[in-house]
Amino acid sequence: MSTRYFGQPVKRNEDARLLTGSALFVDDVELGGMLHAAFLRSPYAHAKIVSIDLQAAKARPGVIAVYTAEDLGDYWQPGPLLVPPPPVPGIVFNLRTQVPLAKGVVRHVGEPVVLVIADSRYIAEDAVGDIYIDWEALPVAAELEAAARPDAPRVHPDIPGNVAAHAHQKRGDYARAAKDAHLTIKRRFTYDHGCSQPMETRGVVAQWDNKADKLTIWDTTQAPVAIRNGMAAMLGLSERQVRVIAPFIGGGFGPKIMMFYPEEVLIPWVAMQLNTPVKWIEDRAEHFVATTHERGQIHDAEMAIDKDGRILGVKDVFLHDTGAYDPYGLTVPINSQCTLLGPYVVPNYDSVFTAVFTNKTLVTPYRGAGRQHGVFVMERLLDIAAREIGITPAEIRRRNFIAPDAFPYNHGIIYQDFTELTYDSGNYEPILDQVLATIGYEKFLAEEQPRLRAEGKCVGIAVVCYVEGTGIGPYEGAKVQVQASGKVSVVTGIGTQGQGHFTSFAQIVADACGVDVTNVEVVTGDTDAFYWGAGTFASRGAVVAGNAIGQAAGLVRQKILATAAEHFECAETDLVIENGRVSLAGVPDHSITLGELAGMANPMRGAVAPGTEPGLEATSYFGPPMGATASGAHAMIVEVDPETMMVEIKRYAVAHDCGVVINPLIVEGQVQGGVAQGIGNAFFEDLVYNEEGQLLNASLADYLLPTSMDVPRMELTHTVTPSPLNPMGIKGVGEAGAIPVGPLFAQALEDALQLPQRGVELLDIPLSPSKLWELARGA
Amino acid sequence: MSSTGFADEVKVSLTVNGRRYTRTVEPRMLLADFLRHELGLTGTHVGCEHGVCGACTVQFDGQPVRSCLTFAVQAQGHEISTVEGLGEGPAKLSVLQEAFRECHGLQCGYCTPGILMTMQAFLAQHPDPSEAQVREALSGNLCRCTGYQHIVDAVLLAAKNLRAGGQA
Amino acid sequence: MKPAPFRYAAAQSVEHALALKAEFGEEARFLAGGQSLIPAMNFRLAQPAMLIDLNPLDDLDYIQVKDGALRIGARTRYSKVEHAAEVACWQPLLAEVLPNIAHPQIRNRGTLCGNLSHADPASELPAVMLASEARMHARSATGERWIPAAEFFLNLFETALQPDEMLVEIELPALSARTGTCFIEVARRPGDYAMMGVAARVSLDASGNCSAAGLALCNAGPTPMAALAAAQMLIGSDLGAEVLAAAAAQARDEVSPNGNVHCTPDYQRHLAGVLARRALTAAAARARTGTPA
Repeated sequence: MSTRYFGQPVKRNEDARLLTGSALFVDDVELGGMLHAAFLRSPYAHAKIVSIDLQAAKARPGVIAVYTAEDLGDYWQPGPLLVPPPPVPGIVFNLRTQVPLAKGVVRHVGEPVVLVIADSRYIAEDAVGDIYIDWEALPVAAELEAAARPDAPRVHPDIPGNVAAHAHQKRGDYARAAKDAHLTIKRRFTYDHGCSQPMETRGVVAQWDNKADKLTIWDTTQAPVAIRNGMAAMLGLSERQVRVIAPFIGGGFGPKIMMFYPEEVLIPWVAMQLNTPVKWIEDRAEHFVATTHERGQIHDAEMAIDKDGRILGVKDVFLHDTGAYDPYGLTVPINSQCTLLGPYVVPNYDSVFTAVFTNKTLVTPYRGAGRQHGVFVMERLLDIAAREIGITPAEIRRRNFIAPDAFPYNHGIIYQDFTELTYDSGNYEPILDQVLATIGYEKFLAEEQPRLRAEGKCVGIAVVCYVEGTGIGPYEGAKVQVQASGKVSVVTGIGTQGQGHFTSFAQIVADACGVDVTNVEVVTGDTDAFYWGAGTFASRGAVVAGNAIGQAAGLVRQKILATAAEHFECAETDLVIENGRVSLAGVPDHSITLGELAGMANPMRGAVAPGTEPGLEATSYFGPPMGATASGAHAMIVEVDPETMMVEIKRYAVAHDCGVVINPLIVEGQVQGGVAQGIGNAFFEDLVYNEEGQLLNASLADYLLPTSMDVPRMELTHTVTPSPLNPMGIKGVGEAGAIPVGPLFAQALEDALQLPQRGVELLDIPLSPSKLWELARGA
Repeated sequence: MSSTGFADEVKVSLTVNGRRYTRTVEPRMLLADFLRHELGLTGTHVGCEHGVCGACTVQFDGQPVRSCLTFAVQAQGHEISTVEGLGEGPAKLSVLQEAFRECHGLQCGYCTPGILMTMQAFLAQHPDPSEAQVREALSGNLCRCTGYQHIVDAVLLAAKNLRAGGQA
Repeated sequence: MKPAPFRYAAAQSVEHALALKAEFGEEARFLAGGQSLIPAMNFRLAQPAMLIDLNPLDDLDYIQVKDGALRIGARTRYSKVEHAAEVACWQPLLAEVLPNIAHPQIRNRGTLCGNLSHADPASELPAVMLASEARMHARSATGERWIPAAEFFLNLFETALQPDEMLVEIELPALSARTGTCFIEVARRPGDYAMMGVAARVSLDASGNCSAAGLALCNAGPTPMAALAAAQMLIGSDLGAEVLAAAAAQARDEVSPNGNVHCTPDYQRHLAGVLARRALTAAAARARTGTPA
């Protein structure tokens, strides 16, 4: 098998459709007689619904139906638990899930209360304005620490202190390690990871065909198979009666894998009730309150080090804001807890968190999925330690890396995939060396910085490291088939968020089946085509689906060879597959196209031999026992205007290891996109709530996504430590860029403004010019 | 002047991508919705409906504007250009579109039509831009996927190819 | 985020527009660029019963120069003014501020008169009108009047325009010889509203001392703020570093910013002092060298 495409910067198959506006997104679906939905959403963070007056709304011309919780009858039920709590000994977990429409009480601004169905979205919004609700405001649990107090207003009446979960993981004996330490460093850190804001908001279109007895749902979901299975169960249909299509998705980043959102659950039900297609498209104002966030944690963390800066142990007690409900379990805080360990040897670890309900939008994973918070704590502790003992931030990291011969490296605590956190492979020092070389670390510290400082410029440099657990199970599957046209189709359950699956998957198949990559048709996100799989999230698509596809394509290759060998009456080893043809080696004229071969494998007469299947098709599944660990380092040089505190990024470097690479262009794009979101998180994006749980900046004018002038050109390098956990040696890369940017900014800005020397430390993310100025004034 | 005679709906005749259309719509219908749902030209995307993200950018008499901040009735008698009017379909991309494909200048593709309409007009006015100028011209279009670098590369490549003798 | 229903009238003439406004008063709003009005309508923060569309009125689209003074009509869009050679030549302060306002796509539709009627104190343009000592031409069905910029902005989103009046044009007076101007702002991202912005204008007399000065700030309070005492300090001075620093400190002490989700009031006040000093320094240098911007 040649590897003509694997590893190459192949241009994307899907681009022509996207570039010409001919790709289908959910809001592009137009069906005859389609009705439109709008919701009345709670304007209060916590309130009783005393009464609802729908008279005027129902009387408005063009309004077809109006629903409250009572109208749903038996269909009304709280949503399912999506991710069970991991098997951490002694774990406490209180499940409270979202409901389709609020009944009696609302628990966050934006919680849906009334659903209006009308001839147009315009009229539906008019009708929402007609609705009068008598509210009784209740005390609000807004700020995280306040919400965790035993006497705080209760988000759920039976849960004092708003405890959603409590989990304690430890390895070794931190207390003893701290006793012998040269130094212990103790700080409070806060980290807020905002929200995802993809350019495409959510949406659902549902069509019930009562003659075909079939429900079709178009949904901006990252998990079409799970949605199909769940909706079928909820609606009392068989799975085969429900087709979920996740077409082109305009960015997901995690919150589109939150499942059984109220709107997702309601729109198909309404379509069946009314026997008419129904569309709901979330607008941006809704998105700020109705789609999940990731938000914040407060860490009281401590690190014990020896005189050389080696970590003896880390202790961390943290609070995690989980919002009003917790259907997605503890993925985010468990990731924080585990990813804090980073690429370092941490002989003793004691980490305990309390997940806390608040009267705010739900919290579920968003690109990085809690890793950011843990990485911030570790990287900042290391920076403080480095300063205390007088070495550079680069040097302290170097001294603490896990050695390259220590893999697989088991940390002995439980990870989000329920296995023990084990790094499969890695080699961290070369990554650090690469990024330091790219940014010119030593030379900057020794020459450039002193020179620029003498000119009055405030310039700083920073470097941070991290690992990223990727490619977790449970599994994905794929079916590869050579068609009569000679094109090869590959169908998989995993969908797309824009990360190039139509190309990277095609590259794998093209190599195995000997066809041009543009002759591979990738079908994803259609449960009629393939209905097994978990979804696209957690940097797992290339690893898990990619390997399933590789296996299936390999099986098809065997069938091609076997069928052709029979046709040519030769040995399989005499055959060459190239450019869509199979030929005898050295005799190119003696060949047959793959399409013809596929026809031969699907005879109209005769018999298909027992134990074989017709056609050139194979289905295969891949389920890795645990995740593959990617890693990286970021470095940055900044200049700060000391009067305005405006920051300019002068250089940005990334060294990354995501194992074997399928398409370097796509990997670059993922890293760059991740870094951009990291820059947003570190310095621009800030969800500002008041004490009443109201989001004060619920628009893109005031929640600041970075623009082309805020994101610098990046210098990317990479190393490869192949994963031993999958045949292709791949690791995921989707989230990497976003993970370490917070501590990178903190380190760089402290350096640029020489803050620690002035008695100021940056222990909170996000930062901003105003926050910097307030922290630095008087120092 | 009479205060009666204001119709609930207004007739709009306009040209889109060189073709004339006439429809009768409520005055409040946004141009973005008109293009997408009245005319079925779904290439223009809606991202925010408050003029910030740029996904809805089209050309109004050749000038990039936010179609979410324009009422369809205001386009009466004017010429609108959308992404569907660039190139000749997926099989024959324009120089600008091809450069985006070449440079991996899109991931999910949702912001892309708005960026193409903005940058096509920009390149017509600035055939030899610096990177800084490209970034500034791009700053009114938000992208959440790419981090902008490959978009900038694509625009610079397109500029180069156009100078060498292509049509945008 | 769809707007509420409204009645729509495409103005056939200025008189027609004014007659409709006289009839419907505050229930009707003029629609020019719509770049401030339509987002407010999409959020349903504004729900006018009627829109009077001024876009058909080509005769309101002009930039007229007379002896260095500039008149700009109500339908003139930012982009036209931004690229007009006569603006760069005669009103460099206006030319300098325009690229800071939003983005080209907004500037291709939005109008200066629309911006000023909207009177957002965070917007850059009202401060420039104050610093330039511009005047606003208001017309109604029954009359017309000129309103000095200093009397035009009354409060947050509130101008001196009566319910039946339209801002039909603005006039920026000619700059005297040996005048330098400068506009500087600090915004989180390019095109965002400024956290603080300063427009400065200084003129020199024959002996090189300051004969006139204008200093205005945006996002400094409920209206754009003319730093009158600070400007007054400059008159008769040599515009040296010391007096500029003092004037900047005075401006800083005069502002009463409210803060917002992006910045604290103290930070804004601090920026006012920093930017006033920088803007005055640049304006003074330009006045001396004879290159206005």
